[in-house]
Amino acid sequence: MAHDTPTPTRFEPPVSDDTAPFWEATRDKQLVLQWCTSCQKAIFYPRAACPGCLGDTIEWRPATGFGRVHAVSVQHKPANPFMADKVPYAVALVDLDEGVRLMTNIVGCEPDDVAVDMAVRVTWEPLTDGRHLPLFEPSALAD
Amino acid sequence: MADRTLRGQAAIVGVADAASPTGELELTGRALEVTMIAEALADAGLTIADVDGLCYAGFGGMATLGLAEYLGISPRWTDGTNVGGSSYEVHVEHAAAAIAAGLCDVVVGVYASTPRSDRKRSSGGGGGGRRPMPFGPDPRMEFEMPYGLMMPMGAYALSASRHMHSFGTTSEQLAQIAVSTREWAAMNPSARYQDPITIDDVLSSPMQASPLHLLDCCLVTDGAGAFVMTSAERARDLAKPPVHVLGAATCHDHSGIMAMPDLTTTAGAISGPNAFAMAGIKAGDVDLLMGYDSFTITALLHLEDLGFCDKGEGGAFVEDGRTGPGGSLPMNTNGGGLSYTHPGMYGMFLLVEATRQLRGECGPRQVEGAEIAVAHGSGGVLSAMATVVLGTEATL
Ligand SMILES: [Zn+2]
Repeated sequence: MAHDTPTPTRFEPPVSDDTAPFWEATRDKQLVLQWCTSCQKAIFYPRAACPGCLGDTIEWRPATGFGRVHAVSVQHKPANPFMADKVPYAVALVDLDEGVRLMTNIVGCEPDDVAVDMAVRVTWEPLTDGRHLPLFEPSALAD
Repeated sequence: MADRTLRGQAAIVGVADAASPTGELELTGRALEVTMIAEALADAGLTIADVDGLCYAGFGGMATLGLAEYLGISPRWTDGTNVGGSSYEVHVEHAAAAIAAGLCDVVVGVYASTPRSDRKRSSGGGGGGRRPMPFGPDPRMEFEMPYGLMMPMGAYALSASRHMHSFGTTSEQLAQIAVSTREWAAMNPSARYQDPITIDDVLSSPMQASPLHLLDCCLVTDGAGAFVMTSAERARDLAKPPVHVLGAATCHDHSGIMAMPDLTTTAGAISGPNAFAMAGIKAGDVDLLMGYDSFTITALLHLEDLGFCDKGEGGAFVEDGRTGPGGSLPMNTNGGGLSYTHPGMYGMFLLVEATRQLRGECGPRQVEGAEIAVAHGSGGVLSAMATVVLGTEATL
């Protein structure tokens, strides 16, 4: 038995070569995005080449952490054992101000109160290895 | 491009399928596949010795090799495309092209899956329930899995959420699709569910992933099917009236739902019009739509993307029961994935029912005088669309 290994409370995402900088930044609760310096567009999820032009002149920049709910579904059954104590919970696609879409949970309000177009901002949940998982909460600031 | 058309080059000449009101089948695996192939060949008046082309969307590498070896055939043309539930419509497109190019003469495609029986068998022995999570640079593992979206219905729920927001589509309208489909199922003795349901039944069934209720979701059943295709010329000498491939087209635009370009428009907006153009038809010419109904929202998107109504108007389009018996657009007359069967990849059953309808073999649920049918498959999570336009001899 490993000693003082925290018990995961989430499915903890694996890290790939392409995405390592994204996950490293979450150790400091920083949301970072790739930008193609040719297209001048944000890229998500991280990859080795720009999905717009296949260029590899890509740099990492901090994201504002603000966005809006694009679509939402409240889950009444847990999709994996980690989520068993969280039902019902809201899974949403969020459009970040930078123009990319990601999947997340909306926390900080009742799941049924999450609405399409609601303004949200990033918040963080610790993972067992020092990384954090980006979640989102309602944000009056973004309105 | 007119000289590059597949229109009228190849035909479906044999079909078979298996499903049961219990949701379970006796046979499984290869035995079930072989039975389907044998039945489809018999339906066509052909034998396995005639087969020189093979389509198979098996999982794992080199799946077509194992099937051909088991069947004892040496296909000179093979297609192992697997894009999920629409694979079988893609196979028809590819097979028509191969036949038109003279690469092979007789193609067989098959599908069998028995998740319901499999679950029963594996739960008996205890243990081994949870599948190991694959580890790797998979965007869905990294950026979707941690958030607990119930799959696949959660992905469709997100699309439905956005459709409702953008167009005012209601849960009642989605429910009507399930209600109309069940009316068709009532006329299919093989359908898993045959008792009528109401909109209230759908809305009061347990919420799975909002806004989708249990009765907005397809079944999980055993099921299997097969098709046989050959050239239009040879088709005329076989046992049953040929069902001609008038048009076929494919398009896919994402893998995970996070990357779907527009949650309310599928790649069917490309495959549909392309297939219709090849066939030389308009939506109004279609007598029967077999439109993949993994969920009610799936079918609704197809209606819009294929041009049966404008984008956003699918809810109003289905409201008066237009897709049910007696309606102007019969849809999923076998009872669909919602009420007939859904073993995981449903596309095969679209082809089988469309073929039988065009041959006039469907008894009480027969669409009177059906000449043109569309089988429109959806694979992945609204990812891979494939449209096949089928017609009777008279439509050539
Ligand atoms: Zn670029």
